[in-house]
Amino acid sequence: MRLTCPLCGERDLREFSYTGDAVLCERPAPEAGPEAWDAYLHLRENPAGVARDLWHHGAGCSAWLVVTRDTVTHAVIAVALADAP
Amino acid sequence: MGYNALRLLKEGLTGNKGWQPVWRDPAPKDAYDIVIIGGGGHGLATAYYLAREHGLRNVAVLEKGYLGGGNVGRNTTIVRANYAMPGNSEFYSHSLKLWEGLERELNYNVMHSQRGLIDLFHSDDQRDAYVRGGNAMINQGDDAVLLDRDEVRDRLPYLDFDNARFPIHGALLHPRGGTARHDAVAWGYARAADRRGVDLIQQCEVTGIDVEGGKVQGVTTTRGVIRARKVAIVTAGRSGQVAAMAGLRLPVESHVLQAFVTEGLKPIIDHVVIFGMGHFYISQSDKGGLVFGGDLDGYASYAQRGNLPTAEHVMEAAMALMPVVGQARVLRSWGGIMDMTPDGSPIIDRTGIEGLYLDCGWCYGGFKATPASGFALAHLLATDRPHDTAARFRLDRFRDGVGLMDEEGTGAQHKLH
Amino acid sequence: MRIAGRGLVDPGRVIGFSFDGRPYTGLAGDSLASALLANGVRLMGRSFKYHRPRGVMTAGSDEPNALVTVGRGGDRRPNERAPMVELFDGMEAVSQNRWPGLGLDVMAVNDLLSPLLGAGFYYKTFMWPRAFWERVYEPLIRRAAGLGALSGLPAPDVSDKVFGHCDLLVIGAGPAGLMAALVAGRAGADVILADERDRMGGRLLDEDEMLGGAPARAWVAASLEELDSLPNVRRMARTTVTGAYDGGTYGALQRGAPGAVHHSFWRIAARRAVLCAGALERGIAFPGNDRPGVMMAGAVRRYLHRHGVAAGQSVAVFGNNDSAHRTARDLHAAGVRVAALIDTRPEVPQYADYETFAGAEVVATRGRLGLRGITIRQNGRERRLRADTLAVSGGWNPAVHLTCHMNARPLWRDDIAGFVPPEGAIPGLGVAGAAAGVFSTHGALSTGARAALAALSDLGLRATMPDLPGAEDAPFAITPHWQVAGRGRAWLDLQNDVTTKDVAQAARENFRSVEHMKRYTTLGMATDQGKGSNVNALAVLADATGRGIAETGTTTFRPPYVPVPIAAMGAGASGAGYAPQRFTPSHGASVEKGAPMIEAGLWYRPGWFPRPGETTWRESCDREVAMVRNAVGICDVSTLGKIDIQGPDAAAFLDFVYANRFSTLKPGRVRYGLMLREDGHVMDDGTTACLAPGHYVMTTTTAAAAPVLKHLEFVSQVLRPEWNLRLAPVTEQWAQFAVAGPRSRDLLNALLDDEIGNDAWPFMSCGAVSVCGVAARLFRISFSGEHAYEIAVPARYGDSLFRLLVALAEGLGGGAYGMEALNVLRIEKGHLTDAEIDGRTTACDLGMGRMVSPDKDCIGKMMAARPGLRDPARERLVGLRPVDPQAPVSAGAHLFNPGDKAERVHDQGHVTSVAWSPTLNSNLALAFLKHGPARLGERIRLVDHLRGHDTLCIVTDPVAFDPEGGRLRG
Repeated sequence: MRLTCPLCGERDLREFSYTGDAVLCERPAPEAGPEAWDAYLHLRENPAGVARDLWHHGAGCSAWLVVTRDTVTHAVIAVALADAP
Repeated sequence: MGYNALRLLKEGLTGNKGWQPVWRDPAPKDAYDIVIIGGGGHGLATAYYLAREHGLRNVAVLEKGYLGGGNVGRNTTIVRANYAMPGNSEFYSHSLKLWEGLERELNYNVMHSQRGLIDLFHSDDQRDAYVRGGNAMINQGDDAVLLDRDEVRDRLPYLDFDNARFPIHGALLHPRGGTARHDAVAWGYARAADRRGVDLIQQCEVTGIDVEGGKVQGVTTTRGVIRARKVAIVTAGRSGQVAAMAGLRLPVESHVLQAFVTEGLKPIIDHVVIFGMGHFYISQSDKGGLVFGGDLDGYASYAQRGNLPTAEHVMEAAMALMPVVGQARVLRSWGGIMDMTPDGSPIIDRTGIEGLYLDCGWCYGGFKATPASGFALAHLLATDRPHDTAARFRLDRFRDGVGLMDEEGTGAQHKLH
Repeated sequence: MRIAGRGLVDPGRVIGFSFDGRPYTGLAGDSLASALLANGVRLMGRSFKYHRPRGVMTAGSDEPNALVTVGRGGDRRPNERAPMVELFDGMEAVSQNRWPGLGLDVMAVNDLLSPLLGAGFYYKTFMWPRAFWERVYEPLIRRAAGLGALSGLPAPDVSDKVFGHCDLLVIGAGPAGLMAALVAGRAGADVILADERDRMGGRLLDEDEMLGGAPARAWVAASLEELDSLPNVRRMARTTVTGAYDGGTYGALQRGAPGAVHHSFWRIAARRAVLCAGALERGIAFPGNDRPGVMMAGAVRRYLHRHGVAAGQSVAVFGNNDSAHRTARDLHAAGVRVAALIDTRPEVPQYADYETFAGAEVVATRGRLGLRGITIRQNGRERRLRADTLAVSGGWNPAVHLTCHMNARPLWRDDIAGFVPPEGAIPGLGVAGAAAGVFSTHGALSTGARAALAALSDLGLRATMPDLPGAEDAPFAITPHWQVAGRGRAWLDLQNDVTTKDVAQAARENFRSVEHMKRYTTLGMATDQGKGSNVNALAVLADATGRGIAETGTTTFRPPYVPVPIAAMGAGASGAGYAPQRFTPSHGASVEKGAPMIEAGLWYRPGWFPRPGETTWRESCDREVAMVRNAVGICDVSTLGKIDIQGPDAAAFLDFVYANRFSTLKPGRVRYGLMLREDGHVMDDGTTACLAPGHYVMTTTTAAAAPVLKHLEFVSQVLRPEWNLRLAPVTEQWAQFAVAGPRSRDLLNALLDDEIGNDAWPFMSCGAVSVCGVAARLFRISFSGEHAYEIAVPARYGDSLFRLLVALAEGLGGGAYGMEALNVLRIEKGHLTDAEIDGRTTACDLGMGRMVSPDKDCIGKMMAARPGLRDPARERLVGLRPVDPQAPVSAGAHLFNPGDKAERVHDQGHVTSVAWSPTLNSNLALAFLKHGPARLGERIRLVDHLRGHDTLCIVTDPVAFDPEGGRLRG
């Protein structure tokens, strides 16, 4: 797999590491309650198909990225900076 | 038909024409007491123990492809019970005991071979962590032996003791650990379940789980609607999709794990050897192939195939630990879909829907769990009470934090276990 | 038999080699197989299960029979395919899987027992008595299994790995591949042309064919010359593309020149690719089709045209398509006797003057160690013919393998009786020539050109269809013929000895899925990966189950396309090559002092610094501990992670990532921080210093340096992108040394350009100092529990500062101390390391529950409040002291109440760290104990079954030494 880092350009998979579903970007408020926190940290859609997930360009610019990707074909649909609005 | 040497002789002398089908191909009935979704090792074992332990035979196993086509047929065949955490400890210990009589119980040679599993450590800290685990194994009533460097060398003279980047300090030996022939486990359970009247239905994909008023009614399949009082989801990496048919979201993320086998070679590796510093484990099959694997590819995937960097990393670990296998050639690589949980331990539990049960989250440890998973799920299905050995495999444990079994201590990141 | 004047061999260069100890000669350009055939050697191997005598079957990497071991010592390579081994001077090749020899192999007794050893026999027996499987049956099976043997010596790690990049990767350099490379190369694309064989040209080297009015070889030579003239084209011969991976990544194995022991494993990132890998010929399952001398018809042509070798002196040819006829024609033209041409089709062409049997089959063969004759059946009549070679063609299987590496299933085409790749099987990969089921030379040239044009168009490069040289363009004519009924066994998988009867038996036993059949019979699992057997077997299975081939389906092709040595794909990783080595600034000085350097993750750190007269590590360690407690010790702590954090929101950020509060920390002050993971467990601990408003330096534990930085980046970029701050890892930039002990200030005052005092530099203060004119940072912090400092200088000064510090310390009765002493000192003080912060412990478990600030949010706070993480019955940190101070304690031991059996159900906890405390003259331990803090003073049993310890201990506070901390502030 190759990912196109918005800052660095197209790079080999081995420069990146995956963390999990991009739901991790949406941290619940402290008072959101145990269900919301359970959903945030544990429960997953785990789609067989298009997924949005969180990657880190650790051997590159250190950017955190949201990658839109197909988990069945491994096609990469989009890569964006995780802090982009 | 029973299998034995005499039968083999008789059939051999008459042209092997008398062998009977190893299982039937029944058409699905309209209704069953229990429907098990997934004809992999765990589903087939569940069906077998339902019939054998609980006398429940009005049971169907629905398989979308062919029996044993999932992870039970694409693993590195290791059977072990070397867990440190309460919950895992008693469960895998029970599983190993079931393995130890499996051939004769099933009348099928699954070639369970207790060759000994040697888990190498490379630092004092790692040694102490292994000792904790080894003591937990002995506390559980199983076996473990601490080997120093020379004792490892006596057993595994082919390792690189002289130049290794991470020197071998010693190992934890699990004498009853070993391997089994993976396909035979699926086939043995399938045949034994079929002989007890369970319907094994292949090419039957579940497309819906029918729930009314919070209670399961049955399933919709590519071969029609099948009613059932109880439905169990035993679909490993596909658990998320199947559970979604009932509106459930699981604490599971699916990942690829690769495995590799080399060309057949004369015997060189007698044990199962695990490299403590490189996500690498290896054994040699009875056919002579070196069977080995490493870590997850590292991202959510249903592709059942691996990437090149991970494959290279596994080969590098082999060269680092045992350059003696360098001239062996990798013949095949493959990938399985691992149902990873936030603590790396499995789930066998009821769900919020009455009559719907779950057996998943085996991460990459499902093969050795096959007998005990089937046994515990059958117990739960039959009695609605968790079996003692699997009582901690609760679905809710992540929400309440009670009884987490994080063997690796890597926390609630599915991919890190 | 060598045929003079033919083949691309050099008759002037004779090469000596040996096979099974007998000397032979061949010519430069020979493969081992061609050289042996030229010498009349036909018996080259034994099969896996029945030890049947076997000869070479193919002329390529799909060879199932002629597997040999080549080389000596660690270079010894088992299972080399004789057709792929290029001959070199002095080569020693030996046959495999036989004893005592290839001609007489006692294990061939298996063949007599074959009725008992059919498909899956081992699943049905060997179950009684129970112990016999492991003690008797399995050892016997294991000894019999396997083909070649590894040498038992380390393989020399001489291979290498390479990254390649190109616009277009052309896989295969036959007519289609050469044409594709020419078109793309001329258009200016960056091209890699990879071909498995030692010479490019593919099938054009194997045939007697005209191209553009001249011999095809002339066109090949001209094309290669043109390609070599283009700087944007890289030609890679001896290179097999082994796998197609995501994102246009391909793996490729490049072999060295003849005799070379190294390989290069390539990772090629190709924007586009064209598969021109040709097709593999398949056999026909007729009784006795495995004897030495039975070969593929195309292979016979390749040996003739490529190597100038006739496979036999009297060759019969058997087929169902025109490939058989080409072989008969070419042999005849070369003066080799064609014993007969047997074609299953009723109407067949007659190219030359040899006997042709139309509508006929081969129904039996004769000859134990080599073919002597065959029996054919035509119109119900059988007839025996003499022949020493039988060339067989059952049709051609397009080499679709790579196109299936991403799970695509090939499509069955009745017209060519073969599977072809589906459209778009691999993104960016086109298919041309025989690999796409286009078998004529003209078709190969035109589809090769078109595939290149399509790729160029995708790449935005302009090109037009070239004029193609005139070439053979005959339609492909085949009538499928999979098996021949008759007495005796007909092989499908030659190496694994799977016959048509095995497949029929599998079907009878209801292993009707093609995957079940494969797994049950082991068909396709031999070293040829089913290249020669899969399609035939599934045709036989389709027949046995009454289904069509398309409906029966195929098994999956998976990487690698050809087996790849572990030494190639794992090149460079043996010894120190496996992982980077990180050295501290004091590494050299520590080694000079005789310190054993111990791996700590990727780092190396000194275990202890032995002094003359000290004979055990304990002596050195005890002395170093005493030195720190009584004088002053120096320890390199540069491995701790250091992260520079700057910005107006840095304080808020620290409040959020640490459980305790940092926004109240003033410049010039240091605070201990506890960091949680979002799941509520402790991630790491360390100190953070405030150097100036909005400027902090965080330290992490050595192991957590990278994960903590990544975590901070996540929080900063993803969770709090609106906060203005920057993070920079500075671990390598600073050399940092602990100066610990009651005389630490004396030492520093002898070193620093300006003296320091206790008032200006109280415990947990920090600031800038100057050392010999070098700007340095000083932190008054302590891991040892003593009056201590850490001094940091830019890393380039680290070595000299360390030497200076140690010299000064030695003058004060102290010196350097290593990891062992560091560990003892921290255990005496109840300080934590990875052993306690093991990823499963909470702040409460560690006795730091109160550090989680109640009046601010922080990472991990919510999940730490889960009931399971706050349960007082959890195992929580305590100290242990054995009742007998000398009694052994050990990390990894479990804890039990004195009256209980040491069994899981009674488990009370476990020990994480132990040390002999020379300060307190006692063994000490840190442990996690259920209800721990509530049980101080209780007695508990420490049991380490593995080490044989059973020690009664007293539960204590984790801090064993100086609990008031007076020494810190001294």
